[in-house]
Amino acid sequence: MTETAIEDLLRELTPQVLGALVRRHGQFEGCEDAVQEAVLAATVQWPAEGVPTNPRNWLVTVASRRLIDQMRSDHARRERESATATEVVPQDVPDTDDTLVLLFLCCHPTLTAASQTALTLRAVGGLTTAEIARAFLVPEATMAARISRAKQRIKAAGSSFSLPAGAEREERLRVVLHVLYLIFNEGYTASSGTELHRADLAHEAIRLARMVHAQLPEDGEVTGLLALMLLTDARREARTTAAGDLVPLDEQDRTRWDRALIDEGTELVKTSLAGPALGPYQLQAAIAATHADAVTAEQTDWPQVHALYLILERIAPNPMVTLNRAIALAETAGPPTGLALISMLDSDERMAGHHRLLSVRAHLLEKTGDTAGAYEHYRRAARATASIAERRYLESRAGRLRT
Amino acid sequence: MKFLISLHINPAVLDALTDEEKAAIGDGHGKFMEALKKSGELITTQALADPSQAAVVTVRNGQPVVTDGPFLESKEYLGGFYLIDCEDKARAIELATQIPDTAIVGLGVEVRQVMFADGPLEA
Repeated sequence: MTETAIEDLLRELTPQVLGALVRRHGQFEGCEDAVQEAVLAATVQWPAEGVPTNPRNWLVTVASRRLIDQMRSDHARRERESATATEVVPQDVPDTDDTLVLLFLCCHPTLTAASQTALTLRAVGGLTTAEIARAFLVPEATMAARISRAKQRIKAAGSSFSLPAGAEREERLRVVLHVLYLIFNEGYTASSGTELHRADLAHEAIRLARMVHAQLPEDGEVTGLLALMLLTDARREARTTAAGDLVPLDEQDRTRWDRALIDEGTELVKTSLAGPALGPYQLQAAIAATHADAVTAEQTDWPQVHALYLILERIAPNPMVTLNRAIALAETAGPPTGLALISMLDSDERMAGHHRLLSVRAHLLEKTGDTAGAYEHYRRAARATASIAERRYLESRAGRLRT
Repeated sequence: MKFLISLHINPAVLDALTDEEKAAIGDGHGKFMEALKKSGELITTQALADPSQAAVVTVRNGQPVVTDGPFLESKEYLGGFYLIDCEDKARAIELATQIPDTAIVGLGVEVRQVMFADGPLEA
């Protein structure tokens, strides 16, 4: 087995091994550390000595041994410090896929989004702390502290290792999907810096979304999120020039879009839209599929894009959705109508001075022929963004208008 | 999201503080650093030597010219910074309010988002 194949296998087994361990011993925090150590041991041993016949059992055994060592030394310390402490060791449990339970735990609502993403990538994604730190461009010590704090919080919240029921389950699943969405976005558009996409995080998010989809194939929003990721990722190659400059949707070379991803994503969108409920991810995926369907930018079905944004705005009102709808509206009803719609966002304090509002206004002003206004807004948008790629793009748009 | 919290200090303001007040600032920064490390939000923090030790470097016609002293002649100067990685700007501001300097008139605490980073982070 190649090292990459071993790595993939380990990543796939991590949540299963962790689930088995937590079911057997309780205490998520200790188990999580033990599994990390077992995975690291496997990374060293397996390429040299060969993959064991039952890799999952190998990992469970090694991790259990680490955990018991850890418990013994903790126990000894407590013995020295105070009186007795008895470890309750739960009964052995049959093989179950605990990926979902783990995801719910890692995306615990008491954690910040930054902690949820970090813990998810480690406990479910099987990435090491160093890898996560690198992906988020922070020192390993910073990431280690964040993960350890997250585990303490989960412990303090006293959550049980089981799937929540009923309405709580729905609510918690939304958090899980949001975290996967954040991981994808972090990979696709870095929130700051020059690297426009950090492919590994996007791929990791897709892998995790596939895992959730395999567990909950009937959930329309899970399907929608996976479709949205695939349809967005399909544009990756066309989204930047060789020099790393951003290429807007209407100028992208559509022959460079990944057909296989588009086909898979589109199929998923169709399935999910046939279901009983309609959610934000499904709608965003449907919009992405509409764009993917157009061979040229001119052939985009803007009335359909607009209609989908209108539904999205109704079920999940958000100024960013309205802003995107304004772009579609400008295409169907003319730029002044789009401008009239975004003028309603000026009073929204979430949007005040936001670079997206400024750049959309610049774009629409440019279309109406107001060159001076467009120039001014592109410049302001360029100053407002924290992304170098976006700033460079907006400055170049402004530069074009100056001549 | 990464933010730089820069600390702008004024020696005249610091000199006018009592010893207790100065000690309280030191303690406050100590506690702040400890909390940031524990929460996994601190990337690094550095304090700078006195601006009288600074050198301003220019190159004119290919020739370097070095002059002593700070670039900006001002009562306030950059005394140090915290480089943090946190949830969003609101959190960065919330963290900044925990810095003791914010409670002292004449000292400035500024929060700015980082746009580009490179180099090893384990400084």
